[in-house]
Order: sequence, then C-alpha cells, then structure tokens
Amino acid sequence: MTNPPVSNREYLKPPITEVGVIGWLRGNLFNSWFNSLLTIAVLILLWQIVPPFFSWAFIDSVWNTPAEACRDIEGACWSIIPQNISFILFGFFPDGDQWRPGLAMALMLGLVIFSRNRKHWKKSLGVYWTIGLIVMGTLMYGGVFGMQVVETARWSGLPLTFMLALFGMVAAYPLGVFLALGRQSRMPAIKTLCVVYIEMIRGVPLISLLFMSSVMFPLFLPEGVTIDKVLRAQVAIILFTAAYIAEVVRGGLQAMPRGQFEAADSIGLNYSQTMRLIILPQALKIVIPPSVGILLSAFKDTSLVVIIALYDVLKTTKVTLSNPKWTGYSTEAYIFLAVLYFICCYAMSNYSRKLEKELHTGR
Amino acid sequence: MSSQELNNTSDPGLQPSAVPFWRDPDKRAIVFQVVALLLVAFVSYYLFSNTQANLERQSIATGFGFMEKEAGFEIGESIVEYSAADTYADALLVGALNTIKVSFIGIILTTILGTIIGISRLSSNWLLSKLAAGYIELMQNIPILLQLFFWYAIFYESFPSPRQALNPFGGVFLCNRGLIFGVPETHAAHAAMGWAFVIALAVGWGLNRWGRQRQARTGQMFPAVRVTLALSVVLPLLAWFAYGAPTAMDIPELSGFNFKGGVTVSPEFSALLLGLVLYTAAFVAEIVRAGIQSVGRGQVEAAMAVGLRPGQVLHLVVLPQALRVIIPPLTSQMLNLTKNSSLAIAIGYADFVAVTNTTINQTGQAIEGVALIMLVYLFFSLSTSVFMNWYNKKMALVER
Repeated sequence: MTNPPVSNREYLKPPITEVGVIGWLRGNLFNSWFNSLLTIAVLILLWQIVPPFFSWAFIDSVWNTPAEACRDIEGACWSIIPQNISFILFGFFPDGDQWRPGLAMALMLGLVIFSRNRKHWKKSLGVYWTIGLIVMGTLMYGGVFGMQVVETARWSGLPLTFMLALFGMVAAYPLGVFLALGRQSRMPAIKTLCVVYIEMIRGVPLISLLFMSSVMFPLFLPEGVTIDKVLRAQVAIILFTAAYIAEVVRGGLQAMPRGQFEAADSIGLNYSQTMRLIILPQALKIVIPPSVGILLSAFKDTSLVVIIALYDVLKTTKVTLSNPKWTGYSTEAYIFLAVLYFICCYAMSNYSRKLEKELHTGR
Repeated sequence: MSSQELNNTSDPGLQPSAVPFWRDPDKRAIVFQVVALLLVAFVSYYLFSNTQANLERQSIATGFGFMEKEAGFEIGESIVEYSAADTYADALLVGALNTIKVSFIGIILTTILGTIIGISRLSSNWLLSKLAAGYIELMQNIPILLQLFFWYAIFYESFPSPRQALNPFGGVFLCNRGLIFGVPETHAAHAAMGWAFVIALAVGWGLNRWGRQRQARTGQMFPAVRVTLALSVVLPLLAWFAYGAPTAMDIPELSGFNFKGGVTVSPEFSALLLGLVLYTAAFVAEIVRAGIQSVGRGQVEAAMAVGLRPGQVLHLVVLPQALRVIIPPLTSQMLNLTKNSSLAIAIGYADFVAVTNTTINQTGQAIEGVALIMLVYLFFSLSTSVFMNWYNKKMALVER
C-alpha cells in the first residue's frame, strides 16, 4: 500500500461550529430551543444577582474600620470581622493567652491533615493523636509551665466547636460499634436494649437531648454533685452521634457475606476473635466514607449548642452582633461564619468522596 | 453452630460435665443478658431515687397535673384560638399544630424545589447543571441553624418598616413585620369550592380504580390522572360560578405603623420555612438525581422500542422504578425536616419545643417537658416508619 506524499494530503479543518468555544457553547448551552431559553433565563437571573452582590461585597464595602465608619456606606461592613475577630474565634478566653487555643487548633489542624494520608494509618497515628490531645488539653486548661488555669466555662468560640465535634466523633465511634454489634446479637435482651436505644435517639431531634443535658440531667445527680455544662452537652452529642454511627456500622456488618462468619467458626475462633480479627476490619473499611459523612453532620450539629447557651463560634458571633456598636451587620457576620463552616465541611465531604473512590477496590 | 450441637447432645452424662458453664455459649448468653438487665435496672433505680430526692428538696411537683393549670403566656401565632388564660395543654396543642403547619408546608415545597433542582443537576445544559451542583454543595455544607439566623436577620434588618414596605406586585407587601398579602374575602362560595375539590378527588380515585380494572379486562388505557386534574379545576370553578362568582378581595392597607387586613405571615415563620426548605431541598435534589440515574438507559430504549410515547415512557417505565429508589430516603429527609423544625426555638417561632421550653421554665417540670418533646417526635418517626414498612411491602409485591 502506497501512501500519497504528505504534502499532497488535504487537511480539512473541522467546521468551526463543532469545535472550540463555539462548538462547546452549541453542545452544552444551546443544543435545543428549550436549552437556549433556559440558558438565557439563567444568564438574566445571574445578571440580576451577581453584579449587585459583587458591588455590595467588594466595591462599596469597607474592610477594617471602626464601627462609626460603617454608618454611611452603601456596601458591606466587613469591619465587624477584623475588629471582633479575637472574640468571635476565642470567646471569653483571657486576652493575653489567646495564643494557646490558637496553637491548640493549629496542632489539631496539623494532625487532621497528617491523618488524611492513608499511608499514615498505622498504630503510630493513634499515639500521635493521644499525645496531640494531651498537649491540646494542657494548652487549653493551663496550670503548668506558668500558664494560668482557664476553666472549661471560659472555653468558647471555634475551639469549643472543634472540641465538641472531634470528641463527639472519637468517643461515639466505639460506642456506636458496640451498639451495632448488640443490635446484631442473638441474645434477645441485649438486642432489644440496643434497638430501643438506637431507634429512640434517631427518632428525636438533637435539641431534645441537649435540653435533657441542660435542664433534666442536673435532677439525676445526687445532692452536691454537679457536672460541667460543656461536658454535659458533649455527652449529649456523643450519645446522639453514637446511634447514627451504629446504623452506619450495621450496614457494614450486614454487607459481610455469611462465609466470613462460617470460615471464622470453622477455624475455631470465638466471638470476640471473629469480630476483632475477621469481621470488623472488613466491615469498618466499607463504612469509612459514610462515617466521614456522620462526622460532617456532627460538626454542623455542634452549632445547636447555641440554644442551651454554650458559647460556640455561632454564639460568640451573636454576642458580637448584640453589641449596639455592631448591631445591624448580621449579614456580613453570618456570611463570614458560613464561609468558615463551608471550608471545613467542603473539605470533609470532598475527602469522603475521595476515600470512597480509593477504597472501592471491590472484593 | 457446631459447638452448640455438641453441647445439646441427648446423652446428659457424657458431654456437659466436660464443658464448664462459662464455656457454654448458651448459658454464657443468659449470664450476659441478666448482667446487662441488672445493670440497666440498677442505673435506672439510682437515677430515679436521686431525682425523687432532688424533686422533693426543690419542692417541684411531679406528674402531668400542670397541664390543667393556666398557662399565662401569649403565643405569637396560632391556628386555633388561644389566649394566655388557657391551660398548658392548650398551649402545647398550639405548639404542636405550629410544628405540623411548618413541617407540612415545608415538606410540600421541599419536594417540589428538590425535584426541580435534582432534574436541573442532570440537565444537558452546562450552566444550569453547574448552578444546581453549586447550590447543593453550598446548602449541604452550612449548618441549618446558621442559615435560619441568616434568613431571620435578612427579614429583620434588610427589609424596611411597614411604611416603606416593598410591594413587588399588587396586594403583596414585604416588610420587617413579615409577608402580607391580600386574600379573597370570606364567602360561602369558598366552602362549596373546597367540597367540590374533595368530590373531584374522590371521583378521580374511583375513575382510577375503574380504569385499571378495565385495562386488565380489555387492555385499553384510561387517562385517569388527566381527567382527575381537569375535574379538580372544573368542579370548584363551577361551584364558584354557582355562587355568583364573588371577586371581592381583602387587600391589606397601611394604618398607623402596621397593616390591617389581608393575611400576615410572620417573619419567624417565613425565615423558618425558607431555611428548612432551602436546606432540605439540597438533600432531596441529590436523592432525586440518584433515583433517576438508577434507571438504566436500556430501560428507556426498550420502552421506546416497544413504541411507547415519551410521556408513557416516563409514566410507565422510568418513574415507577426511580420512585422505588427515591421514596425511602425521601421520607427520611422529610422526617429530618420535621426534626429540624425544632430549631424554631432559636428564632422565636412558637413550635412545640419552644412552647414546651417556656412551660419547663415556668413550672420547673423538666422531666415531663423533655419526655413530652421526645414522645411527640417519636410519634412522628414511628408513624413514618410504619408508612415505610407498608410502602416497602407494597413495592416488594410488584417485584418479580
């Protein structure tokens, strides 16, 4: 077979309407009369919303001025954030010592970023976290190395939000696994207890548990004994999250083929060996992505402690807004918080999706 | 399995003596359960006795006797007549009705909005699809409570006072007292129209049954849905004409510092409804998208190959299969919306939790109050799971 000389070959370019910008526009935005109409409608809507918002947020706005300068401007008064940032982030933590929660949060962030990499999922990771948590606790509470003692009642703002979410998850996970195992158990009494607990908690809103911790729980304790308010809310969040984790883990347990149990039986493992060595390592691997989802909602749900008057980051923002100097700039403050929450939650949900893809190795 | 069979051998003298009771799974199970139950009983008794002592010391009454006493607080909005002179039981009923009101309207709006966004997400229009994706991502990653505060602040700070109320179109006003709009003046015709609508639905239901029986007999289809839709518009219209077509409207008017007449939707209710609907719709959209994507492309192609029209493909092939995937998670989102409506307390809408909280603060009967909250929400959850079980059974019958 003889090829024609290269120079003689005719190169026909694809029609301009099929490739490049125009081709993409035709294919994705104007491929039918209905889609063209939709595109135009969406563009008009965006034109109505985006430019005014842009000029409100960026052009007519002020960024770091005293409150008085905000009174006579058209745009956003972002000044409320930098002027109150230390109170919004750290709440009632003593002014001179705010590097301590700052450092603790940086440490936590570092550990979280370190744990993202699956290569680091070893026994040493647990050791790092334990050391990290002890250091963080020391930084927050103080009392050693000349740091003044800061009672938990003064822990507020972002550290409180992170603490409630992190401990909520860490402590709820083992409890949730036990509840899930109990629900699968062949012992009727244990099974009933677990089912009643899980279904009851999942049936009521978190707010009712928080109420329970704040107004009902003090009645349960013997005279003279009091438990810290933050700790009570933390326990409520743990109990709540555990029920949801139990359901996720149950999904993983049910996905285990019968053969795994039978194989474990046949080599003579007892119940706890079967679970510890055979079933849970596989079942928990399946449920890692939905567990990150639970962590995500636990993180969002910590904001509910506002209602029982704990000073998480949402409450400190509200307190700032109740200062007459800054009243009326809620939109700006809430947008700042929304961005803060969004960054954290988006990172988590993205990570969960990535894990799902990576761990979907098939069996 | 095998160890149990070994232990339950029929010869009592041989095996059991070799297996001590702590090695016998059956006996060990009994021990575990007894210990667990004893532990629960002991903790309950301990908490109960503490509570008893505390209540006595603080002289707080127990039991639900307080329900008969005068509540003594006003409630901002209510479907039924209520005043501060009514009992706590009345107040709690008002709260429960307010919860049902916001959940019911919220569920309907969420389903509609979520479906629209879910379908937009699948649209071949790049702009629309990306916009829907952005919306879903944004709403799912911001706590609902923050969103509620945001909308409430918009109502209170950004909207003008009634004197400068926004008036987007005739008879509708938007100000910091809420959304106020005109409604037709009450007339006997309206009750008749309502009944006509109910009759239309009943007739439609009968037609649907008859149509399906006829299809089973003869194979001919009957457009029951379309006929029902037409009936439900035409019958009320006829009733309206029969009463002389009254057109008088009750238009809100500014008098002093507020509006008179029309219907007012409070800022609290509006912010709560808006927040719940926008938040939950993002989750519903994802469910709808997953449901539609779960129906294989081959199903649609096969349906078209046997000559069904596009409407029939959607109605007879795609929807029945997609709905089976959509309905269970959808119901749990509806339940979430109902549970999240308890956040009303944070922006001052008088839902059941808010009213109960006021009751707890006034009477000090925290245990009864929290128990009531839990009971009411458990009732919602359990009735939902009863519905789900019924639905799953119905769907299982259809399955081959």
